[in-house]
Amino acid sequence: MSIAGPEARNVDGLVDHLFRHSAGQIVSSLTRVFGPADLELVEDAVQEAMEKALRHWPFRGIPDNPGGWLFAVARNAALDKVRHRFRRADAASQIVALMEAKLEQMPMPVLAREIADDQLRMIFTCCHPAIPADARVALTLKTVGGFGVREIARAFLADERTVAQRLVRAKQRIREQRIPFTVPEPDELGERLRSVLDVLYLMFNDGYDALDGDSVVRRDVCAEALRLVEIVAEHPDSGLPETRALAALICFQAARFPARQDPAGDLLLLSEQDRSSWDRALIERGARHMECAADGDNLTTFHVEAGIAACHAVAPSFDETDWHAILGYYDTLVRLADSPVIVLNRAVAVAMVEGPAAGLAALEAVVGHPALRRYYLLPATRGEFHRRLDEPVRARRYFEEALEISGAAPVRRFLQRRIAALTPAENR
Amino acid sequence: MPQFMMLLHSEPAPEGAYTPEEIQSVVQKYQEWSEKMGAAGKLAGGNKLANNPGKVLRGTDTVSVVDGPFAETKEVIGGYFVLEAKDYDEAAELSKSCPHLTFGGTIELRQIDGM
Repeated sequence: MSIAGPEARNVDGLVDHLFRHSAGQIVSSLTRVFGPADLELVEDAVQEAMEKALRHWPFRGIPDNPGGWLFAVARNAALDKVRHRFRRADAASQIVALMEAKLEQMPMPVLAREIADDQLRMIFTCCHPAIPADARVALTLKTVGGFGVREIARAFLADERTVAQRLVRAKQRIREQRIPFTVPEPDELGERLRSVLDVLYLMFNDGYDALDGDSVVRRDVCAEALRLVEIVAEHPDSGLPETRALAALICFQAARFPARQDPAGDLLLLSEQDRSSWDRALIERGARHMECAADGDNLTTFHVEAGIAACHAVAPSFDETDWHAILGYYDTLVRLADSPVIVLNRAVAVAMVEGPAAGLAALEAVVGHPALRRYYLLPATRGEFHRRLDEPVRARRYFEEALEISGAAPVRRFLQRRIAALTPAENR
Repeated sequence: MPQFMMLLHSEPAPEGAYTPEEIQSVVQKYQEWSEKMGAAGKLAGGNKLANNPGKVLRGTDTVSVVDGPFAETKEVIGGYFVLEAKDYDEAAELSKSCPHLTFGGTIELRQIDGM
């Protein structure tokens, strides 16, 4: 179950995710002609092409160039919609003629570079700071990734209608604010890129952490975040060191994706994971991004998080993990970003280096923090430290507290396993 | 070898009902089926029929041509396959594995009268 292997082609069948990837590419390329204000028209045209394939291909077979077929049909459908609109509006036919000329001569982008350029522009459009933050991930998945509303809702355990409404509002904002379809100029690149990276970071983590959602879709969401961050990283304008750092982080994390749940869907700790199932090729890709990330002197949280993920990725076993280095990274991270979650994670590293009592002391700073009130990992971590201190009664109390505020089934099973593993004599 | 026509009846899906990934999986299943039939030498052809209503012609001296046929339901014949099988039993057996049934459609099987 590789997350980012080379795309398999079934014998005489379709490349994996052909429709989804084609939808993303065609929407991006047609938007170059129509402009992002007409995103809806373009999306409708692409959907029409997909549905035409659905009706014809079962009987006629898959065409020799399925992507080209879909592109040509979508382009013609978009053209029809423009003709129809101007006919109704009785506007100057010159505009239609101009649009027709532009579109009819528009070849399907065939070079990987052209496709990536269109997708990069689309990413910058979808992640524009003027679009509500909660809509950016969904809009990017829908528009650039070709995900359906139903799949997005399933991945994030959200209501389908809520996701659809967010998308409508986001597209409305694109029209109202006249958000352009370009890679930003250097003077505004910093802020715009930051927003793109935040969206991709969130997209990956949402897919990675939401243990309850549909696991296939979640894996696809993570793979999409990886694909997009590499598009951004490999473009000369946007491939800045912080982009490379995020790409490295996502590669390292994604490499562990197949190992972190057992076949029954139960959560496996780093110490329990089968490291031979980590994706070595992805770890190497992460290491190459990491080298590029070292340029310049802008140290971001992505750099530090990638450093931590790299420590885990290269450790041959859990016991050989370089916890001193990891603690050093967490010290830096705490300085860069004031977040109780980071303090919590740092305490885990402290416990590995200095023992569980020191871990508990490091946790004190965030106990009772309002942002962690419903965060099961705080009591779960406290319980774990007490377990290691041979204090099963306290351990049990905190594990049970964690159980009370955790909703995800795999997490609950994990906590129940921890409670059961406390020895019977100690167990009350 | 006798030939049989599989007429695939179904209700057209509403627009936007399928996501790209779902469309892929549907197309893929039909493709696998027709390849399996083709490899076994059982598939003689097939095509898509247009979704418009078509025409009905009636009369002797003056022929009327009207749109139709309109059935009570919204069902249409989306397309057809031509199978080669020794009898109805075999043709029905082959048709049973067609993904069209999985997706809620019905199949009308008619022997082509070769004589």
